[in-house]
Amino acid sequence: MLFRIRTLIIKELQALFRDRQSRAILIMPVILQLSLFPFAATLEVRNNTLAVFNEDNGREAVELIQRLARAQAFTELINVHSEADVRRVLDRQEALIVLRLPPDFSRDRVAGRTANLQALMDGRRSNSGQIALAYVQQILNQYEADSRPEAAASAPAQPKLVVRHWFNPNLEYRWHILPSLVAIITTLSSLIVTALSVAREREQGTFDQLLVSPLTPGMIMVGKTIPAMLVALGQGTIILLAAVFVYQVPLTGSLLMLYGSMVFYILSLAGFGLLISSVCATQQQAFLGVFSFVMPAILLSGFSAPLENMPRWLQFLDWANPLTHFVIIVKGVFLKNIGLAAWWAHLWPMLVIATVTLGLADWMFRKRLG
Amino acid sequence: MVSWRRLRALCRKETWQILRDPSSNLIAFVLPVIMLFIFGYGINLDSSAVRLGLVLEDHGPEAVHFAESLTRSPYLRVRPAATQADAAADLTAGRTRGFVVVPGDFGERLQRPTDEAPLLVVSDGAEPNTANFVQAYVSGAWGGWQLQRAAERGEPPPAGLNLDARFWYNPSATSRNYLVPGAITIIMTVIGALLTSLVVAREWERGTMEALLASPVTRAELLLSKVLPYYALGIVSLFLCVGVAVVVMRVPFRGSWWVLWGIGSLFLASSLGLGLLISTTLRNQFNAAQAALNAAFLPALMLSGFLYEIRSMPPVIRAVTMLVPARYFVTAMQTVFQAGDVWPVLIPSALFLGAAGVFFLGLTARKTRRRLE
Amino acid sequence: MSEPLVILEAVRKEFPKARQSALEGLSAVVRPGCITGLVGPDGAGKTTLMRLMAGLLVPTSGTIRVGGLDPIQDAEKLRELIGYMPQKFGLYEDLSVQENLDLHADLRGVVGAERTEVFGRLLAFTDLARFTDRLAGKLSGGMKQKLGLACALLGHPRLLLLDEPGVGVDPISRRELWKMVHELVGQGMAVVWSTAYLDEAELCAEVLLMNEGKLLFAGQPGELTGRMKERTWQIRGAAGNRRQLLARALRRPEVMDGVIQGHTVRVVLRAGAERPDLGELEAGPGAEWTAVAPRFEDAFIEALGGGPGGDSVLAQRMRPVTNEGGVVVAAAGLTKRFGTFTAADNVNFAVKHGEIFGLLGPNGAGKSTTFRMMCGLLTPSAGTAHVLGMDLHETAGLARQRLGYMAQKFSLYGNLSVRQNLRFFSGVYGLSGERQQAAVAEMVEVFHLEPLLDTSAEALPLGFKQRLALACAVMHEPAILFLDEPTSGVDPVTRREFWTHINGVVERGVTVMVTTHFMDEAEYCDRIALVFRGGIIAAGTPDELKALVAGPANANPTMEDAFIALVQQHSTDGGAA
Repeated sequence: MLFRIRTLIIKELQALFRDRQSRAILIMPVILQLSLFPFAATLEVRNNTLAVFNEDNGREAVELIQRLARAQAFTELINVHSEADVRRVLDRQEALIVLRLPPDFSRDRVAGRTANLQALMDGRRSNSGQIALAYVQQILNQYEADSRPEAAASAPAQPKLVVRHWFNPNLEYRWHILPSLVAIITTLSSLIVTALSVAREREQGTFDQLLVSPLTPGMIMVGKTIPAMLVALGQGTIILLAAVFVYQVPLTGSLLMLYGSMVFYILSLAGFGLLISSVCATQQQAFLGVFSFVMPAILLSGFSAPLENMPRWLQFLDWANPLTHFVIIVKGVFLKNIGLAAWWAHLWPMLVIATVTLGLADWMFRKRLG
Repeated sequence: MVSWRRLRALCRKETWQILRDPSSNLIAFVLPVIMLFIFGYGINLDSSAVRLGLVLEDHGPEAVHFAESLTRSPYLRVRPAATQADAAADLTAGRTRGFVVVPGDFGERLQRPTDEAPLLVVSDGAEPNTANFVQAYVSGAWGGWQLQRAAERGEPPPAGLNLDARFWYNPSATSRNYLVPGAITIIMTVIGALLTSLVVAREWERGTMEALLASPVTRAELLLSKVLPYYALGIVSLFLCVGVAVVVMRVPFRGSWWVLWGIGSLFLASSLGLGLLISTTLRNQFNAAQAALNAAFLPALMLSGFLYEIRSMPPVIRAVTMLVPARYFVTAMQTVFQAGDVWPVLIPSALFLGAAGVFFLGLTARKTRRRLE
Repeated sequence: MSEPLVILEAVRKEFPKARQSALEGLSAVVRPGCITGLVGPDGAGKTTLMRLMAGLLVPTSGTIRVGGLDPIQDAEKLRELIGYMPQKFGLYEDLSVQENLDLHADLRGVVGAERTEVFGRLLAFTDLARFTDRLAGKLSGGMKQKLGLACALLGHPRLLLLDEPGVGVDPISRRELWKMVHELVGQGMAVVWSTAYLDEAELCAEVLLMNEGKLLFAGQPGELTGRMKERTWQIRGAAGNRRQLLARALRRPEVMDGVIQGHTVRVVLRAGAERPDLGELEAGPGAEWTAVAPRFEDAFIEALGGGPGGDSVLAQRMRPVTNEGGVVVAAAGLTKRFGTFTAADNVNFAVKHGEIFGLLGPNGAGKSTTFRMMCGLLTPSAGTAHVLGMDLHETAGLARQRLGYMAQKFSLYGNLSVRQNLRFFSGVYGLSGERQQAAVAEMVEVFHLEPLLDTSAEALPLGFKQRLALACAVMHEPAILFLDEPTSGVDPVTRREFWTHINGVVERGVTVMVTTHFMDEAEYCDRIALVFRGGIIAAGTPDELKALVAGPANANPTMEDAFIALVQQHSTDGGAA
């Protein structure tokens, strides 16, 4: 039996790697995503433009503006001179924030009164705006603290809050993206290898050949799952190596845990892939089916937005999304050096998903034979 | 060159095929609704309620007072922890995204004039975006509490800087308002490029192309018959999505409908062009689908600026985004939805989309053969 | 003789990647008012020639004129002139019959009152009027073919190009199609009909016989057949095993070709050769030579250099299968229902050890359903299918280990090499280590696959695909071979070679179950079950079936006559009941 399964696996790998085009299909997405995602997928705010509408011409205002000009978040600082200009730069997205210093700004400062400022932001990019606003606020706080040591002495005001970012002290986006990428790449290849290759065998009639041979449906499924696993593990390893050696993401946890969870993750996906293939007659349907599954699965995995922001019913649904659990484990192993308990907390759902999907796929396979 | 009778017949044929294929229906009608809801409700960058651990090591009145104010903050969902180790465990497991330790000497240090707050704040750097919010929200809560405390003591509010922030177009800074227009871009890309990448390849694979080529059909008719039905499908889908976004999801729409239609048409032209070009060149469904995924879908997701800030990308990738039609459509859609018909933004986008459409469709026309070789 | 409509002069066509040119300086004419048959083995260049005439390919050199037009320069005008039916019929399977017709009518500008009239005529002509709402994908092979023809006929073409319209279609549908096309020819149309069925070619007014891109013969088929006069004989009344007799006959240098026809053996002699002595052939005391009429196929085989010989190296290498006695394959009350439709209804038969058993029937009669139930690809709704005394659903692995299967269309792994396919199929059947290597080496030797070992299976010429498929099916030395229309679309020479192997392995005790609507193949069977409308309407040896329909009108019916008569008899009975 083992020899027959081995034969199936060898055949599958040969089919995947024999011609140039199919090799390219396995390699291209890895290279493309590896070179694009870490740079493109960032919510940081850099290189933005800050517009200043300075209605005050006092020394205080000029000093503040100079500080703003030195900030890293804004590489460009433009001056606007009228309400109409404010509207124009925001409308045309020439600036992310317009900071307005009212005419009495310097006067208030000198008089020791609270000075008012206004920040106007582009709501079309409100997330970036909020982050940029936090930068501006920090600069203002620093400015305030530096410019009024006497005020700090008189009343105990402690404006500065020191925040330590654990696991990723400089909030590097790449540290967040690359572990997630390990998950995403393995997702695509395990689904494509399982769902599309079964659909292709059906279209080309070779599936019948397998069914009349002494192979059992179970053996055929194993013969589809293991190659998917080998390919996905291989691709996962490439990303892992690139993450550690090229992008310098620290790998703090146990590799054993990482690969252990990857195996079960791929198993649960193979279940989905085989399930999709069992209801599809053609490769086109299988491809579109895989796409319809992968899109929501990736978007809802917590990769692009935090899980806890989702409504409760979606979070509940997300429990059945193996990607959610795997993203948490990969990130945990990479950055947080998670312990066995935290690992297990997200491993057992994958075991349940794998059991259910593989069981269903097996049942569908047998049913379709009838 | 174009006979309306033949064109109509071919378009009708294409329409029947779309309507009868379950997987096309899935992609054209079901997936858009799912995606719309995912982007409308599932993906939320606002972090409106960050889960925050709180370790109270000082039980003095000031510390308790501060803890109460943290708990009352609408932006934070506080989860008390007994010790720092517990809070750290919660953070590691992802149950919280940050924690605040109010140290044993909080009350004392509060009296000492320094510029540093007597608090220990830790965030989960594995989620950088949320970590930024943790910092901003705790910082805001801290500042607010100090002001409140001063007011309660009857002290004059300390003079300082008061920053009044306002979001134009989107006063509540709801991420849905700009994510939904972006999601529509993704949907249009999927319909325009992914679905059409299969259609010409399918005719070659099934041998129907040979029968068509032997009939008096002209090249223009052949091309138009692939463009028009999918254009109609895309436009129907566009208005359907915008309708759902505005009516069901209450996303404000400030532009005019005909501008939406115009920009949508231009974008569809470019993505249909790309899809058909792939299909015509590769003539193989499997490879065409893969190519469309890499050439149309991924760039639309990663490089269009709807989820990720283009300005923060390195210069090389920023340059690449200039060539992605989806980028211009995202900008135009976000503007039409939230800002209205802002011509200085819309016209350059429209020009680029038009050029891309002409380029891709033209190239497809050149690649479309009237013969088998 | 009428003026030619198509003139080909020194037409040459080369494809960039091919080693050999597809057409080498071909000159020929096609006349209106008759059917011109385009015949030749696979890869002869028939489809290329069709496409050149349709203006779908550009000739490398030479000139083509269709009705005085150059197919490339005057492409637009040419398309008004031709009707073309490609190999897969070019129908949209997800469109209904009416929608397919509407599309082609619009494309060819058949509108208004003319359209109503033409549709009425074509639907009556093709007998598709009842099925206008049905999706083309749901039609049987024969109906698809008629619809494809109807679409090609819209817009009054002067030249009708039909590329292998008969492949995968049963003899009844083929005969109907032939009649329909014949009527059209009567109206002055020129028809080019490419085919691998040589009985069709025989009926053509003119044939173009091609091989490897060259024209071997152009003219009336009778002229070619005439050369075979007095060289075609049958050995009747032979005692003993007819398969062994055929093998012995084919070993003789005088014999060019031979086939089994029921209980007789048909032999074609080489030019000028004498009949071999029946005693030397060990034909038995009662055997006698009977002269029979030559066929076009005989001439075809001669033109291609003779048949492949009668000895199967494969069979020589095979270990004999021990006779476990009695029935090897049995169906009892076998029934399959899909919803309300009964595809197979109470089918019963038993196949004995070492027998070739054929399931014969028109498209959609239920023979594939029955066949698929027998080899375990479908679960019966009722009844049992036993192979070697085992139910394939219960003791799957055991029974399947002893079963070889060859599917109707090529179904090996196209993107794997020949070697990889051989290794895979031997491995799946549990051959490992030295046994596996020996088995693969043997197949390579038997089927001459050595130079092609690293070629992708899909890139093989059809004949080699056929060999590879057979090799993969017999490598593990099965006791039973299931063959599903094994030689559909394959030329006669390759078909002969295939059946030589099958005959050989049957002599080694292998039992063969085959579905077919190829009458030649039916003749090779020991027994045949004729399947129609889900049930077996007649069963027996080929001679018995022929005897059933023999009568004053046709004293010596062919297998095809028997097939058609029995099916028609049954459909009128069914209609009456």
